[in-house]
Amino acid sequence: MFGVIQPLLLTFKLAFVVTVILFVIGLPLAYWISFSKSKFKYIVETLVTMPLVLPPTVIGFYLLIAFSPQYFLGHFLESAFGLRVVFSFTGLVIGSVIFSLPFMVNPIKAGLQGFSSTLIEASYCLGKSGRQTLFAVILPNIRPALFTGIVMAFAHTIGEFGVVLMIGGNIPGQTQLASTAIYSEVEALNYDTAGLYALVLVIISFMVLFTFYYLNRRVVKIF
Amino acid sequence: MVKFQIKQKMHTPQGEQWLEVDIHLAQNDFVSFFGPSGAGKTTVLRVLAGLAMPQEGYIEVDGEIWLDSRRGINRSVQERKVGFVSQDNSLFPHMTIRQNLEYACRSKEDFNTVEEWMAVMGLKGLETQRPAQLSGGQKQRAALVRALLCKPQILLLDEPLSDLDALSRLTLQDEIIKIYQKTKLTTILVSHELPEVFKLSKKVFVIDNGRIIKSGTPQEVFVNSDLSGKFQFTGEILEIQKEGVLNILTLNIGNHITKVIASDEELVDLSVGSKIIVAAKAFNPIILKVKTT
Repeated sequence: MFGVIQPLLLTFKLAFVVTVILFVIGLPLAYWISFSKSKFKYIVETLVTMPLVLPPTVIGFYLLIAFSPQYFLGHFLESAFGLRVVFSFTGLVIGSVIFSLPFMVNPIKAGLQGFSSTLIEASYCLGKSGRQTLFAVILPNIRPALFTGIVMAFAHTIGEFGVVLMIGGNIPGQTQLASTAIYSEVEALNYDTAGLYALVLVIISFMVLFTFYYLNRRVVKIF
Repeated sequence: MVKFQIKQKMHTPQGEQWLEVDIHLAQNDFVSFFGPSGAGKTTVLRVLAGLAMPQEGYIEVDGEIWLDSRRGINRSVQERKVGFVSQDNSLFPHMTIRQNLEYACRSKEDFNTVEEWMAVMGLKGLETQRPAQLSGGQKQRAALVRALLCKPQILLLDEPLSDLDALSRLTLQDEIIKIYQKTKLTTILVSHELPEVFKLSKKVFVIDNGRIIKSGTPQEVFVNSDLSGKFQFTGEILEIQKEGVLNILTLNIGNHITKVIASDEELVDLSVGSKIIVAAKAFNPIILKVKTT
């Protein structure tokens, strides 16, 4: 029974870890893209959004090559830090963070860009720094956008398949997630188990998104 | 003393034009910038506050240089100590009124003055309300208090009363006078309202197309004829009625409706909505004591 549950547990562990990392990375990145006047921001913005249009297997392929011990980066990480990224949980996290980045960054960016500049200026006139203004004025007012980013990143990581298959290798008990487990079970003609995974993912995804839409409307109503 | 020279390129519907102003204000002055939309009044305030950077500029406030573009001096907006109140009040919508006010406090002493200011400005009882729950007048009062709590060296008022109804506007004008008398802060008001300029400011700068075209006391600037008026009021014509050889004008003077007569010659440039000055030349009015008991 544990063998059946394990891919589900690993899926939610991965989604949680990835969402936390994405929030920490995504917030400053979205802030920089929204307010920077640098020309490089368009390059960064393009790179952040590319996972939305690229096949997941393309990103998975490049990550597999980059982190392979036969190549420089993978060899360096393994020899210097004893860290093997391919076919490991770390690899799943890195692949998912890259692939779900636009789902966190884009909603926060939209929230920041739509935020009233007069409120930001009012805070500056009261002597507050950019950081104080971000935490005391901007973030509380873009809660719906933050909430959207968090939920979308979490939900998208649960549903990820191509990248995690390539970089994780779908190793049972180590890197096999619910989405890749369905693939394995279908290949082995275990339709009952595949159906169970599929049903659980449908129910969880529905519950996450339903809760999101219900709560987001209430968050918006406060304002 | 506040001295500033600003040269800034402006983009207007008529094309690019230069804003060039050179103004010296005495300590504790209350002045107004008056002029049409797009003349550059708000831009001057934004440059003073540090929210916009001019092509060339020099700003000195109480002996401190805030901006000197030639020497590369430019104090950040946070370092300038400016109280800025805009038309839209800019109260933070997620904070209560008390939280909005306390956000402006920089020291424990400032926190202690929050209660006093709330009492002075009639905000008692509204501490826990959010801005969306307040009337326009209450919001602007809170915005004024918030601007004062950070102990500014100058107070910049960018059409703070323009969105208010007539009664709220008059009340707020009185509040601004009260604040000015209490703080003696050097204050610059941007306004389109002639009665407001007359009521509040000691001096007015008329700005048009980026230049100061007139300056002086409101009387010097706006009253062309040399009236030896003993009483003068500014107001607005609400109605003109023809009665035989005379005209009866219904006026709004300080939110009081008054009727006066006018000859056809006096009405030549006037129509409903015109801003006017009503002055009485030397006469002997009846003076009665107001009975309070």
